[in-house]
Amino acid sequence: MFLALRELRFARSRFSLMGGVVALIAVLMVMLSGLSSGLVNDGVSGLKAQPVDAFAFAEGTKTDSAFSRSVVDLAQVDAWAGRPDVAAAEPLGSMLINAHTSTDVPVDLALFGVVPGSFLEPEAAEGQALGDPHGIVVSDTVLEDGLAIGDTVTVDRVGTELTIIGSTGNQHTFGHVDVAYLPLTTWQEIHSGSAVGEEVRADAYTEASAIALQAADGQSIDLAAGDAAVGTSSMTLTDSFGASPGYTAETSTLMLIQVFLYAISALVVGAFFTVWTIQRRHELAVLRAMGGSTGYLMRDGLAQAFIVLLVSTVAGVAVGLGMGALLTGTSMPFALEAPAIGLAFVLLIGLGLIGAAFAIARIAKVDPLKALGGQR
Amino acid sequence: MTSTDTRSAGSTGPAHTQRGLVLEDVTLTVGDGDSTITALDHVSLTVAPGELVAVVGPSGSGKSSLLAVAGALTTPDSGTVHIDGQDLIAMKDRERTRFRLEHIGFVFQSGNLVPALTAEDQLRLALHMRGGKPARDPRELLDEVGLSSKLGRRPHELSGGERQRIGIARALVCGPSLLLVDEPTSALDRARSQEIVELLARETRQSGVATVMVTHDHDILHHCDRVLEMVDGTLSAGSRPSA
Repeated sequence: MFLALRELRFARSRFSLMGGVVALIAVLMVMLSGLSSGLVNDGVSGLKAQPVDAFAFAEGTKTDSAFSRSVVDLAQVDAWAGRPDVAAAEPLGSMLINAHTSTDVPVDLALFGVVPGSFLEPEAAEGQALGDPHGIVVSDTVLEDGLAIGDTVTVDRVGTELTIIGSTGNQHTFGHVDVAYLPLTTWQEIHSGSAVGEEVRADAYTEASAIALQAADGQSIDLAAGDAAVGTSSMTLTDSFGASPGYTAETSTLMLIQVFLYAISALVVGAFFTVWTIQRRHELAVLRAMGGSTGYLMRDGLAQAFIVLLVSTVAGVAVGLGMGALLTGTSMPFALEAPAIGLAFVLLIGLGLIGAAFAIARIAKVDPLKALGGQR
Repeated sequence: MTSTDTRSAGSTGPAHTQRGLVLEDVTLTVGDGDSTITALDHVSLTVAPGELVAVVGPSGSGKSSLLAVAGALTTPDSGTVHIDGQDLIAMKDRERTRFRLEHIGFVFQSGNLVPALTAEDQLRLALHMRGGKPARDPRELLDEVGLSSKLGRRPHELSGGERQRIGIARALVCGPSLLLVDEPTSALDRARSQEIVELLARETRQSGVATVMVTHDHDILHHCDRVLEMVDGTLSAGSRPSA
């Protein structure tokens, strides 16, 4: 790094310019990463919070919106529970509803019907646990939106009144809608569409949207065999994220933008070092004539690229984190998560180095004879 | 011209036992097809340690090709090249690169210094590339060439003569056996040219290095031990002007 450090100091304005571009890309990557994590949390944090290995849906249900389209019966839950590789199986009811508060403020909720006492029941960080037939435990974000424990919301169309009795203490959302957990029986009544006072059809109490599965200790569930035996279509918890409304479209769009930014970053770094290497061709010829090996000069060039990338990416990520901190907690779905930012950091440096390596490889082609001015 | 004309006195032993530079019957052609040129035509040359040999000749006569062959930058079509008894032709590319670093010093036109480096760092870079214990102390060497007060200056802050002095110091810092000097005075005025060649002659004798200098400048030849003339790729004994 003898030459690398001294050239960085000498040509600092040129390297600063290039580093500035990489830093700006790093800022963008942090912001996009925050937006992506925020959207993922908004889309599937309610699912991610479940201690579940897989979900089984009605046979033939497509992944897209499976939670709202699928209907399974409780007999299938028992069938899954009896399988040797399954530790526990519980019914989960899921539906998106419109409701309003006592002051007629509209509220959208994702109702998750669970059997109280089952592994799906959320722990109430505040207030009471599930038990009251019309009590709901809501995502912490509901309280942030102005509702409080003890408030009542009325489900539109059917008129069921639900009282907030507790909160999860953290974000539980599904398809960008706050989750409200309620007893499965109440969920089945609302899901049947029967208004308050009307008779609920008898088979409504045998229905749920999906079957939540927990694998037996040290085993993985043979989903295909279970589906064949029970007559369901199952998928892992991660695969089920695609069933959240808009999840796949949002994440793939952001992913594509991130991929383009990574490619642009590698191209910018590669283009800069290509020009830099071409400008230094005569100097490199002199060094090679003096006996500088290709390996020595390439290592030096890569070290130079690494320093520029490291410093500019650290600066960009720091600025991005600062800007992101301002957005966290606002209505914008934004979450700064260390693994996602760490991955962006590593990829920016790694891909930048690959771009630089292609440019620096030109050193091997520099003819040391050029040092003599080509007077042959 | 016969090869015996270009051999130094006392260079009668076999090439692999002699110190300094020994070129025997070297031929180098460059170009392809109809544009093939014989850059060196059966050239033989011996330069003993501590000897400064000047090679003069018109542009395109093969002077730089001689430096390229002697400096292990290119491999001749035929003939042998030995430096301190080591056969350059038999070496692989990587070995030749390493050999250049350890045994050959180059002084280029206008110094050809690295713009980002100070005078002292120009020398330290050569040592850093070589690794191991420094053959000579860079500061002492810069003091020897009269630049002890300009250790921290970069090339653009120095005159042409100063740059060339640093170039000479850089070429000597690894303690080479052979010093190859390419038109060292091409960008200098007469007074500076004399100073540079005086310095080269002094360093050649003090360091005991075999030095080959190609030049157009006939005014500096009186500092040299021998003067050879290159015409159309052949080397012959030239006349050495008096001071």
